[in-house]
Amino acid sequence: MKRVIDSDIHNELPSLKTLIPYLDDHWVAYLNESAFVGPNANDYPAGAPTSAREGTKPEKGPPGSDFGLLKKQALDAWDVEIGILTCGYRVQSVQNEDLAVALSTAINQWQVDAWLEKDARLRASLVVPSQNPVLAAEEIERFGDHPGFVQVMLPVRSYEPYGKRVYDPIFEAAVKHGLVVGIHYGGASSLPPTPVGWPATYVEEMADMAQVFQSQVMNLVVEGAFDRFPELRVVLIEGGWTWMPAWMWRLDKEWRGLRRNIPWVKRPPSDYIREHIRMTLQPMDAPDNPDYLLQMMGQLDSDEMLLFSTDYPHWHFDAPEDAIPKGLSESLRDKILYENARTFYRF
Amino acid sequence: MGVATLVEKGRKLDKPKKNAVIDCDIHNAMTSGNVWYDFLPKEWHDYHRQIGGRSRMGSAYPRAMKSAARHDSWPPSGPPGSDMDMLRVHVLDAWDMDYGILNPLIGVGSQQNLRYASAMAQAVNDWQVAAWLEPEPRLRASLIVPYEDGDLAAAEIDRMGDHPGFAQVLFVVRTMEPLGSRKYWKVYEAALRHDLPIGIHFGGSGAGPITGAGKPSHYIEDHGGMPTAFQAQVASFVYEGVFEVFPELKVVLIEGGFGWLAPLMWRLDSCYKKLKMEVPHLKRLPSEYIREHFWLSTQTMEEPSRPEYFFQMLEHLDMNDRLMFATDYPHWDFDAPDMALPTGLDADLKRNILAENARILYKLD
Repeated sequence: MKRVIDSDIHNELPSLKTLIPYLDDHWVAYLNESAFVGPNANDYPAGAPTSAREGTKPEKGPPGSDFGLLKKQALDAWDVEIGILTCGYRVQSVQNEDLAVALSTAINQWQVDAWLEKDARLRASLVVPSQNPVLAAEEIERFGDHPGFVQVMLPVRSYEPYGKRVYDPIFEAAVKHGLVVGIHYGGASSLPPTPVGWPATYVEEMADMAQVFQSQVMNLVVEGAFDRFPELRVVLIEGGWTWMPAWMWRLDKEWRGLRRNIPWVKRPPSDYIREHIRMTLQPMDAPDNPDYLLQMMGQLDSDEMLLFSTDYPHWHFDAPEDAIPKGLSESLRDKILYENARTFYRF
Repeated sequence: MGVATLVEKGRKLDKPKKNAVIDCDIHNAMTSGNVWYDFLPKEWHDYHRQIGGRSRMGSAYPRAMKSAARHDSWPPSGPPGSDMDMLRVHVLDAWDMDYGILNPLIGVGSQQNLRYASAMAQAVNDWQVAAWLEPEPRLRASLIVPYEDGDLAAAEIDRMGDHPGFAQVLFVVRTMEPLGSRKYWKVYEAALRHDLPIGIHFGGSGAGPITGAGKPSHYIEDHGGMPTAFQAQVASFVYEGVFEVFPELKVVLIEGGFGWLAPLMWRLDSCYKKLKMEVPHLKRLPSEYIREHFWLSTQTMEEPSRPEYFFQMLEHLDMNDRLMFATDYPHWDFDAPDMALPTGLDADLKRNILAENARILYKLD
């Protein structure tokens, strides 16, 4: 078995009760009185076949909430050298910002206790209240030097796109602590997930999420986030990636026509993207013809952009061998499985 | 500058004819605001004068150039696209076009007052007949309808849909709801009664920010981000089962590019295979509906970093019979028929893209 870094493993909170020991009396009383059960963007409807691979649901709690099961199914099964946890607790949709901060700090400390300290192979993502970037930056300051945290997690659906300067405190803190910024599938911003309103079905919302990633990528480049933070590293997690070549071509063409409007963007957008952005492998949105998938990889004009991921416990593939495209050269396979993540996350 | 001067300055008209050309996206405009009073129903004149258009405001993305138009497209009087002679010189005669399809972007679809939008639509369509279709046999027009109200839109389609000058019913891509929503089905039903395709053009203002991630700051994102809206519309048409309800419906995506469509088909197929249970009304793969029901205009098309990628993109798309040339005159990102398509295209494919695919779809001679 080749060495593997898995860049997207979901660790889930068993329930809000788990956080009680990490919250002060005020919030414990408030949560008891309100009967609040915790933020939920319904990114993964509990019964949907995509939300959990067969056998990933523990006896108690949601899939991804049991360390023993996750260890067996996500770490040992692949002989994973490093597994990056991508906790999707959606504090960003709690409008009470003070509560969002309290929940963030609690869940991050819980990630240290319940995950990082249990297995040396694990790394984790900081949950931050990004609806208030100043408070989010404080949360990054709180945990940013803990060696187990390797990235700051932002849900792809945001109130404002992430290239806007309002988010600078988050990027500044991430860069200061050497953290990657992970932009992940989902989130509940209260705004429609498409430019044309609310889709009716979950399958449509899931498919449309790729366009939200496209908007974030364009915005990060256009608003100069990479010019203000040349050290900024962004990973797009669980957003698909076969849309990226055509998106880079489109952005480059727009830049050729309209760059006078954005003079701080000195190079074609695709240059920034290939330098600053990486994408996790799953879901692959793979065409039936395996040659086409290899062509899509070629169209990225870079063999460094894809990071292997299983997106455990979500269902994208059945047999482990289906998680990796067939027909890859040895060197590209090694880059995707291991080397690209090692370099980008600086392991 | 007079029109005669422009003719002299224009391209040589005796250039040897290589390929027939049909332009699927020309924007015609009124010479002035006074034209409304010649065509608006009388009872709306006071409203038009005192209140006028009220659309969903708050997304001011000042464009890179006035009216987003070519600097040379301003006629002696009136806005770009308002002068028939100049349109002939710049487009129809310059490439000896067989036909041009007019897509007036008058903002009817974005109106809040739908009764007023309905009156506007009637005025625009009557104006198109009088000012464009009757004087110039090479022109066809898109029927403008207040599509946010299915009944009012259907009434306008029934009023004008049998006029031979109208080639399709026009939406702009940023709508209040995704276009698969039942709220729009009466529009499709009416279009089919008159055997008209649906055209969906770049632009508009919907119910929220122009991206699913919130409001960006710059015009380049308003302009360049438009494919995200097109993708959401394709997903909605498919997953809502519109093509099971209306198996004859034809949808033309205008000025949205097409490089994103093959990857979108893969994504829609992949999501569908896992979540079939949620959309039992679908009988086939999303990609099968898409290849059967959609057409695409070429401008603004993606320009890959290497020539071979363009041909890969066409192969992945597998819709060579659905690509239709467009100039987008008079806008700044205009494509010329002899310059826009990549070199190395198969001669038949080039001919089909430049004219024949559109000739078949729009039933033109």
